[in-house]
Amino acid sequence: MRLDIQHIRELFPILHQEVNGKPLVYLDNAATTQKPKQVIDALVNYYELDNSNIHRGAHTLADRATRYYENTRTSIKAFVNALETEEIIFTKGTTESINLVAATFGRKFIGKGDEIIISTLEHHSNIVPWQLLCEEKGAVLKVIPINDEGEIIFEAFEKLLTEKTKLVSVVHVSNALGTINPVKAIIESAHKAGAKVLLDGAQSSSHFKVDVQELNCDFFAFSAHKIYGPTGMGVLYGKRELLEAIPPFQGGGEMIKEVTFEKTTFNDIPFKFEAGTPNIADVIAFDKALTFVNELGKENILMHEDTLLEYATDKLSTIKGFIPIGTAKEKVSVLSFLINGMHPFDVGMMLDAAGIAVRTGHHCTQPLMNRLNIEGTVRASFSVYNTMEEIDRLYDSIRKIAKLKNK
Amino acid sequence: MSDINTIQNEIIEEFEILGDDKESTIYYIMELGEKLVAYPENERTEDNIIKGCQSKVWLTTAYENDTVIFLADSNTDITKGLISLLIRVYSGKKPDDIINSDLYFIDKIGMGNIIGSQRSNGLAAMIKQMKRYALAYQTKSKAL
Repeated sequence: MRLDIQHIRELFPILHQEVNGKPLVYLDNAATTQKPKQVIDALVNYYELDNSNIHRGAHTLADRATRYYENTRTSIKAFVNALETEEIIFTKGTTESINLVAATFGRKFIGKGDEIIISTLEHHSNIVPWQLLCEEKGAVLKVIPINDEGEIIFEAFEKLLTEKTKLVSVVHVSNALGTINPVKAIIESAHKAGAKVLLDGAQSSSHFKVDVQELNCDFFAFSAHKIYGPTGMGVLYGKRELLEAIPPFQGGGEMIKEVTFEKTTFNDIPFKFEAGTPNIADVIAFDKALTFVNELGKENILMHEDTLLEYATDKLSTIKGFIPIGTAKEKVSVLSFLINGMHPFDVGMMLDAAGIAVRTGHHCTQPLMNRLNIEGTVRASFSVYNTMEEIDRLYDSIRKIAKLKNK
Repeated sequence: MSDINTIQNEIIEEFEILGDDKESTIYYIMELGEKLVAYPENERTEDNIIKGCQSKVWLTTAYENDTVIFLADSNTDITKGLISLLIRVYSGKKPDDIINSDLYFIDKIGMGNIIGSQRSNGLAAMIKQMKRYALAYQTKSKAL
């Protein structure tokens, strides 16, 4: 089904403004997507009508807030096709979800000499928690290499797997290059070697259908704010038997069954991992974002984003001095590039002056930038509300900018 | 050579002509960077990199006829343009004048809005470093 993009744009108040005297073109969607009116309204409604602490309150407001809050969990279960609602844990975002696994699964199952495998494409949030863990436990961090196109070298990955590999933690879609990793094959190989797999789904969950049962991943981490939802809210999916086997993340209220000064027994999953008063408003508002995505249909969103990416890649490639970075066969929504003779910061600033928002720099993937022998890139990333006309604006500005050094 | 405030007023006038259009202002700043005197390669050292700039900025100095000569470079063109403005104001001036100067042209031309907060912090770091050099030369000349 072809989406009515103009109608969709109407739902996003932020898009209808001028930046530096020009109509805003927002192409920084891999950093965060904008929020539709229903999500913003849900935040306001919560505080105006339903605000109260959840799960324990014996009054109507608390009951209402609890119901809405838990509704989101049910929606997320369907969104990633988890087997059970209890397998959905609320966190602050992808980063916290990964840190949760490092602090709990890592504490229990990673020991001296054990191995953890990540890839060259990882965001710092899927590198640093494992470095900290390896340092603490005397474990070894191994890195899957990539080719010049920005694709994982699968044969090299298989060679890294040993009987000591306890965990493979890889990004589903690269935030810097848009590469879609062959995660199904990675998971199969890792499982054969006896390792568990965590997928960093921060960039995949907004673009295409994720089915954790079909993928058979052990953990899946993602953030609400990249799927038209509020910031400060994320998800960790984990298989029940694993979540039950690992210790709690943080101690506090909500996560306990019974506390005495001698001993504390812990609550069942998912509450075992949700200490303290959670981010109630944002969780409730995220449900509206999921409804927005479900109503449009992920396959329709993907089709539109693929069209934009192809159009942008083809059009910008005709510009003298345009250097695409990351040319994987399987890509989604991200066009990373350089302009010959120009620093990405300068390009980003000139685009901003033209009302076009992009990301510049290393995109929190410094080891990847080192591998590609570059300091950073300019990254344009597309979402459902972007239009061909906006790509034309990007093209016109880039052509003008590139001309300065590529006559 | 004109004093610091005369140069600042010249810069303010030049930017007034550009008007409110951010795009042409940015292009103008980049053009200014192209006119920067070539930076000596042997001074492109770790020690000469200014801390606190997002882009790489190298700064070195010489002391001639009781005045401070500044030479600087950057890996980004817009920063080079910003450097060229600072050098135009400060290079060839007496340490006392640099230390006591008030760089009002930066606010007056709305530089914060043009370059954003991150680059503004970098610009402040550059100015601080230039004043630090002036202070060192002032102390040295008084000691002699």
